[in-house]
Amino acid sequence: MNKVSAKRAKFDHVSLTFDTPKGKLNVVEDVSYEISDGDFIAVIGPSGCGKTTMMSMLAGFQKPTTGSVLFDGAPVKGPGPERGVIFQEYGVFPWLTVKQNIAFGLNLKANRVAASEREAICDHYLELMGLSDFANAYPKHLSGGMRQRLAIARAYAVKPQFLLMDEPFGALDAQTRANMQNLLLKVLATEGKTVMLITHSVEEAIYLASRIVVVTARPARIKEIIEVPFAYPRDESIQERPEFAELRSHIRDLVMNEYRAQQAQMRPASFSE
Amino acid sequence: MNGSVARRFLLGLAPWVGAVLLWYAVRWSGFVNESLIPAPHQVASKFVELLLRENLLLDIYASTRRVFFGVILGITAAVPVGFLLGWYRPARTLADPMINFFRALPPIALIPLVIVYFGVDEVAKLVILFYASFFSGVIVMYEGVSQITPLYIRVSKTLGASEFEIFRKVIIPLTVPHILTALRVALGVAWATLVASELIAAQRGLGAMIQNASTYFLLDVIYVGIICIGCIALIMDLILRKISARLLVWQERAVA
Ligand SMILES: Nc1ncnc2c1ncn2[C@@H]1O[C@H](COP(=O)(O)OP(=O)(O)OP(=O)(O)O)[C@@H](O)[C@H]1O
Ligand SMILES: [Mg+2]
Repeated sequence: MNKVSAKRAKFDHVSLTFDTPKGKLNVVEDVSYEISDGDFIAVIGPSGCGKTTMMSMLAGFQKPTTGSVLFDGAPVKGPGPERGVIFQEYGVFPWLTVKQNIAFGLNLKANRVAASEREAICDHYLELMGLSDFANAYPKHLSGGMRQRLAIARAYAVKPQFLLMDEPFGALDAQTRANMQNLLLKVLATEGKTVMLITHSVEEAIYLASRIVVVTARPARIKEIIEVPFAYPRDESIQERPEFAELRSHIRDLVMNEYRAQQAQMRPASFSE
Repeated sequence: MNGSVARRFLLGLAPWVGAVLLWYAVRWSGFVNESLIPAPHQVASKFVELLLRENLLLDIYASTRRVFFGVILGITAAVPVGFLLGWYRPARTLADPMINFFRALPPIALIPLVIVYFGVDEVAKLVILFYASFFSGVIVMYEGVSQITPLYIRVSKTLGASEFEIFRKVIIPLTVPHILTALRVALGVAWATLVASELIAAQRGLGAMIQNASTYFLLDVIYVGIICIGCIALIMDLILRKISARLLVWQERAVA
């Protein structure tokens, strides 16, 4: 992937504090980094540190307390279809069938397509996600992993240029997960998207991302930003390379340290009046 | 398949048969004066007699119509109001105590006032039933609407939905179950209030029939009236449940 280094998104000294009944809770602290067109950023860090919060500022659901989050040069005002989001909780619509879920975005004025094209797109993603047999089923009949794939299909279907994915493969078995990762790489190779992915899997981050942002225990600060030295297109063989193993143990150490820091902290100290 | 339908039918029938048997048993046990408890078959024959000679169908029609329009009007008003209260927290803070105040008032207590302001004709009865349905429906609606998860709205925004599209394609489908529940609750309350509303000089209606019968101590007529109310309420509820099952196939239910 040759990168045209147009900046798409920028976190500029971003901090975010939640007002909770117990006092102020610093969740993101002085985070700065840029995401260029065609970048694939993976964010990794301990649970509860503020990754989802960071992403939701770019998605347009949270405002930074200080600093600014820019998208295409302008501060993010709210959500929009050019930034597709795959939520950690999936959010598949229970009142729509699998196929209607995928078609939901395509039926909106913002990205309406002809009926025949809509059918084609739906069938395409049903097939890709292995949901064809369940096209007319309601989500209540799907397993957790199937719901997750449905959420992915629904986001892919409107072809956003920028994808925000919050642990999108977390509920999948190893094999399906590998399939979904490869599928994502394929989609990126053909459609040239920019991605911000939150994950807990170090291997996944290295395998998919061009850059890995390791964040600290809460409040999330940038611990290290790591360039992944593998060129696209990638395939699973890179996971056998010695550089892969080196990178993996380096990132594991970082994450492990933060995890320990989080355990040690055990919170009350991070509430400040 | 057929066997299970038959079994469900029998299961549904059994308690009714049991109730009738119990009824006979109480009557024959001698604990209660027999003249105070008409036998089921006497009530049944009274039912046929009323049907043929006294135009019972007209009473049933009059009552059903009152309940039907009372509930429809009440819920039509309760849906938007409950929606506003559930959706906009300030509206809720503002109106909550007042709604609870009026909800706590039994509609019967308002009958004298209703007579003063609305007279004694059809409008007065409708007002009582409207009142009863509205306040029971509004609570169900606003509790339901305030429980809608913001996640679905967020998802639809990231897919590019406009405010109007969110309302039409997300909020409405999520509100339908609560409207149906509100209807069911209101129907129950409205039937309960019917007799009271027909105390206001009603010519016809099951409530009026019961009221007149009690003046002349016609116990069998009272029983016919009560059973009719129960049966019609049951049928209306069944119809609503069928509609709900149709509209809400997507819902996860603890029991199928
Ligand atoms: N709206 C909110 N109000 C108050 N506190 C919040 C809110 N959203 C998140 N938090 C708190 O902020 C912290 C970070 O939450 P966040 O969801 O960003 O974590 P995360 O890094 O995505 O964790 P995980 O990996 O488990 O998904 C948590 O301690 C959470 O309790
Ligand atoms: Mg999260």
